[in-house]
Amino acid sequence: MKYFISFCLLMFASWMPVHAATTDVLLEQLTTTKLSKLPDMVEQLEAQGDESLLPVFRAWLAGDLHYVKDSKAIVVETDVQGKEVYVDPFSQEQLSGLSSKDVKKIKVNNKLRGLLRGVIARIQLTSNNADVREGAVRELLSDIDEDTFATLEVLYPKESNNDVKEMMQTALSIYTAMDKSSSQTSRVAAIEFLGGSLENDVRNALLKLSRDKNEVVAAAADKALVDINRQVERYALVDQLFFGLSLGSVLLLASIGLAITFGVMGVINMAHGEMIMLGAYTTYVVQLIMPNYIDYSIWVAIPAAFLVSGLMGVLIERLVICRLHGRPLETLLATFGISLILQQLVRTIFSPLNRQVSTPSWMSGSWEINPVLSLTLNRLYILAFALLVFLALVFILKKSSLGLNVRAVSQNRSMAKAMGVKTEWVDAMTFGLGSGIAGIAGVALSQLTNVGPNLGQAYIIDSFMVVVFGGVGNLLGTLVAAFTLGIANKFLEPTTGAVLAAILVLVFIILFIQKRPKGLFPQKGRAAE
Amino acid sequence: MKLKTLASAIALSGATLIAFPSMAADDTIKVGVLHSLSGTMAISETTLKDTVLMMVEEQNKKGGLLGKKLEAVVVDPASNWPLFAEKARELITEKDVDVIFGCWTSVSRKSVLPVIEELNGLMFYPVQYEGEESSKNVFYTGAAPNQQAIPAVNYLKDELGVERWVLAGTDYVYPRTTNKILEAYLKDMGVAEEDIMINYTPFGHSDWQSIVADIAKFGSEGKKTAVVSTINGDANVPFYKELGNQGISSEDIPVVAFSVGEEELSGLDTAPLVGHLAAWNYFQSVETEENEEFITQWKAFTKNPDRVTNDPMEATYIGFNMWANAVSEAGTTDVDAVEQAMIGQETPNLTGGVAVMNKNHHLSKPVLIGEIQDDGQFETVWETEGVVPGDAWSDFLPGSKDLIADWTDPVKCGNYNTETKTCSGQNY
Repeated sequence: MKYFISFCLLMFASWMPVHAATTDVLLEQLTTTKLSKLPDMVEQLEAQGDESLLPVFRAWLAGDLHYVKDSKAIVVETDVQGKEVYVDPFSQEQLSGLSSKDVKKIKVNNKLRGLLRGVIARIQLTSNNADVREGAVRELLSDIDEDTFATLEVLYPKESNNDVKEMMQTALSIYTAMDKSSSQTSRVAAIEFLGGSLENDVRNALLKLSRDKNEVVAAAADKALVDINRQVERYALVDQLFFGLSLGSVLLLASIGLAITFGVMGVINMAHGEMIMLGAYTTYVVQLIMPNYIDYSIWVAIPAAFLVSGLMGVLIERLVICRLHGRPLETLLATFGISLILQQLVRTIFSPLNRQVSTPSWMSGSWEINPVLSLTLNRLYILAFALLVFLALVFILKKSSLGLNVRAVSQNRSMAKAMGVKTEWVDAMTFGLGSGIAGIAGVALSQLTNVGPNLGQAYIIDSFMVVVFGGVGNLLGTLVAAFTLGIANKFLEPTTGAVLAAILVLVFIILFIQKRPKGLFPQKGRAAE
Repeated sequence: MKLKTLASAIALSGATLIAFPSMAADDTIKVGVLHSLSGTMAISETTLKDTVLMMVEEQNKKGGLLGKKLEAVVVDPASNWPLFAEKARELITEKDVDVIFGCWTSVSRKSVLPVIEELNGLMFYPVQYEGEESSKNVFYTGAAPNQQAIPAVNYLKDELGVERWVLAGTDYVYPRTTNKILEAYLKDMGVAEEDIMINYTPFGHSDWQSIVADIAKFGSEGKKTAVVSTINGDANVPFYKELGNQGISSEDIPVVAFSVGEEELSGLDTAPLVGHLAAWNYFQSVETEENEEFITQWKAFTKNPDRVTNDPMEATYIGFNMWANAVSEAGTTDVDAVEQAMIGQETPNLTGGVAVMNKNHHLSKPVLIGEIQDDGQFETVWETEGVVPGDAWSDFLPGSKDLIADWTDPVKCGNYNTETKTCSGQNY
C-alpha cells in the first residue's frame, strides 16, 4: 500500500511542469554544501513551493539521494532485483551506465530527517489519499506554527474524510489552546476537545498547559490529563499482558520439543538448544538461496528446518542415545558433548559471527490500535504460530498412529514391545519429532534474536525450567507453564529490572518444585511410575 | 625440511591453538596474541587477532625490528576469564613473548593484571573501557570514559537539546562504572534525578519489549529524551529491532551506543538502526589516506573485500606501531626500557591526527560521533577539535577525583593522590 501511494505521488509529480531555475541552482548547491549547512538548504528548497521536489525530499529522507560526481546531477538510488540503479528524481527515467563509484551520497542526519518529515508532511496535506493526509497532519502535531495553522484552517472546511477532519481539529485545538492571545473560553473549549485524544503530542501540549499562568486553563488541562492518563494506564496493562504472552509463546516454542524428548521419552537432551540453533541457521541458508523472495522464505524455512533438525535428531538418537538407554547421566554428558560439537561445527561452517536473518516485510512493524497501544506484528505472528504448533503436536500425539505408539512406549516399554510395537523405531521417530519441532522454533526465534552459534544455549535452561514446572510428560502443562512464566516475568520486570525478575522467577520455581515435585500437572496412574 | 617444520609445529603448538614456528626462538621477537577465538567473545576478538597478525606481517616486510623478525604467538583463552590469566602466564613464562596484545572485556583484563604485574610483562589493551585503572605493565589504547561517554553526552545536550536521559547497559563492570560517571556528570550539569533512568539487563538479553516500552513512556513526557547505551555485544540487535518495531525512530529518541561498531553492524539488518548514533575514536568511513591504505591492506590480508574495520582495530594499529617505535628507540625489548620509551611516543592515527601516549599510559585521541547509515557504516556528524587526552581516573567520581596516574619520575605511580601526595601502593 505504502509503495502504491508513493508510486501515485511519483506519477503525480512526473507530469508537473518543469521546476523553476532557482530550484536547479539550489539542487546543485546541495552537492557542495556542508552537513551543518544543509538544514538551511532544506528550508530554501521548501520556500520554492515546488511540489515536484517531493521525490527528492523522500529520497533524501530515506538516504537514497546521490549526485553524479562529474555532472553534479541529482539522482535517486533504487534497488532493482538486488542491484543498485540510479534514476532521475523528476522524470523517473533510469540512468544507464552509472555505478556506485560514479555517485556520492548526499548526507543526511537526524536534524535533517526531522526537517524533511515536516516538509513532506506539509506538501502531503493536499494529497488525494485520506490516510496520507491524516499521517501528514499527525506529523505536524508536534510543532504547529502560524503558517501551518492558517493552512489547516483553510483546509479544514474542505475536508471530506472524518478521521482526517478530527486529526485536523486536534491540530487546530492544540494551537488555539497554546495560543495565549486567544480568549479563555476558546482555550478551555479547545482543551476539552483535546481530552479525548491519546496522541502523544496532545499529552505534551497539555503538560505544558497545566503549568499555564491562567489558572482556569491550567485546571482544565489538568483535568484532561487525568482522564487521558487513566486511559493510557489501562492500555499499558494490555500492552504488558501482550508482552507476557509473547515471551510465553517464545518459551513455549523453545520448550515444546523438549517436552517430547525429555517429557515423553525421558531423555535429558542437552543438545536441544542446538536443534533450535540449526533451525535458525536453516532459515538463514534458505534466505541465502532465495534472496529475492524474502517474504516467502519463511514458508520454505519452516519445513526445511523441521527436516534438518529432525534428521539430526534421528541421527543423534540412532548413533548415541539409543546406546545409552536407561543411563540418564551418561546421556546427559553425551548430549552435552554433542551440543558442543554442533556449536563448533556451525562456527567452522558459518564463522563465529552472527548471521543476518531478514524479517519479511509482512512481519515488520506493528498493528496500531490507537496512539498508545500498538502490538508488534512479528510477536503477534509468533504467538499465533506457537499455539498452532502446539495444537498440531497435540493432534499428532492423540490422533495419529505414531502418537499412539509413542504413548504406548512411554507408558510401558516392554508391554508395547510385546504387542509388536517397534520400540526402537518409535524412539527414533519421537526424538526426530521433538528435534524437528525445536527446529521450527528456531525459525521463529531467528526473527526475534541473533542467529549465532550460542543461540541454543540461551534457551536450554528456560526450556528445562518450563518443562519441569509444567510437569514432565504433559503437553498442556508445558503450555500453561510457558505462559505463566512469561507473564510473571513481564509483570515483574518494570518494578524489579530484567536481572532480578529472572532471578525471582527461578526462585519461585525452586520453591514450587519443593512443594510439588512433579510440576503443575503431574502424570497420574501407572504411566507415572 | 617440510616434514621437520611440521613436526616442530606440532611440538610447539602443544595445548594452544596455533603457533608460527618459522625460525628458532632466539632469532625472533615474539608477539603474544591473547584474544578469544571461541566462545561468546570470539565474534569481536578474532578480528583483533587477525589485525595483530597483519601488523606483524607488515613489520616483517619492512625488515622486522632490531634486525630480528617478529613472530606471533596466538593462544585461545576461549572467552573464559580465568583462562585469560593462565594463558597470559603461559605466554610470558613458557612462550617467552616480549609483548602481549590482548583482552576485550574489562573482566578479562582484570584477570590478567595480577599475572602480568607479577611477571613484569607488557600488554596493550585496545578496547574502550571504564577507566579507574593504570598499571605500569599495561598500555590502554582504547578510549577512557572522557574520550567517549562524556563527549557523547555533551553532543546530545548541546546539539540535540536532550534533557531526559536513559542510561541503559549490560549488567557488568564497564556499563556500571560508565553510568556512575555519567550520572554524576549529568547531575553536576543540573539534570534532575527524575530525568535520569538507569536500566541494566543481563548479557545476551533478547526480550526487550517491556524495557523499550518503558523507554518510550519515559520519553513521552514532553522533554527531548535520548538513550545512552552501554549495551554490549549481540544484545544490541534485538534491542534496536524492538525500537524499530515499536515505532521509535532515531528522531524521537536517539540512541548513542559505545559498543556498536562496524563489525557488529556487519552481522545485522541495519534498517531499524539508521540514524542512531555511536561514539568512537575512529570510523571506517573517515576519509584519509592512512585510513584508505589500512582498509585496503586489511581487505587484502583477510582476502575478503567485504570485511570492515573498526575502532578497536585502529587502537591495535596505533598500539602496535607505538610499540615498534618504542622498541627501536630503546634498542631492546626489555619491558622496563620499552615502558619508559613508550611514554611520549607519537604516531599518526587513521583519522588524520597524531596519537600521543601520555604519562598515564592512556592515549590522546579525537572523539567522533557518527550516525548509522543503511550500508552499515557511520556518517560522522560531530567531532572534537583536536585530540582529547585519556583520563585514567574520572574527575566525576568522588573516590577518584584526586587521583592521577603518572609513570614518569618522580611520581611513578598508577594512582597518585594529589591531595595527600601519596601513592596508594595498590598496583592497579
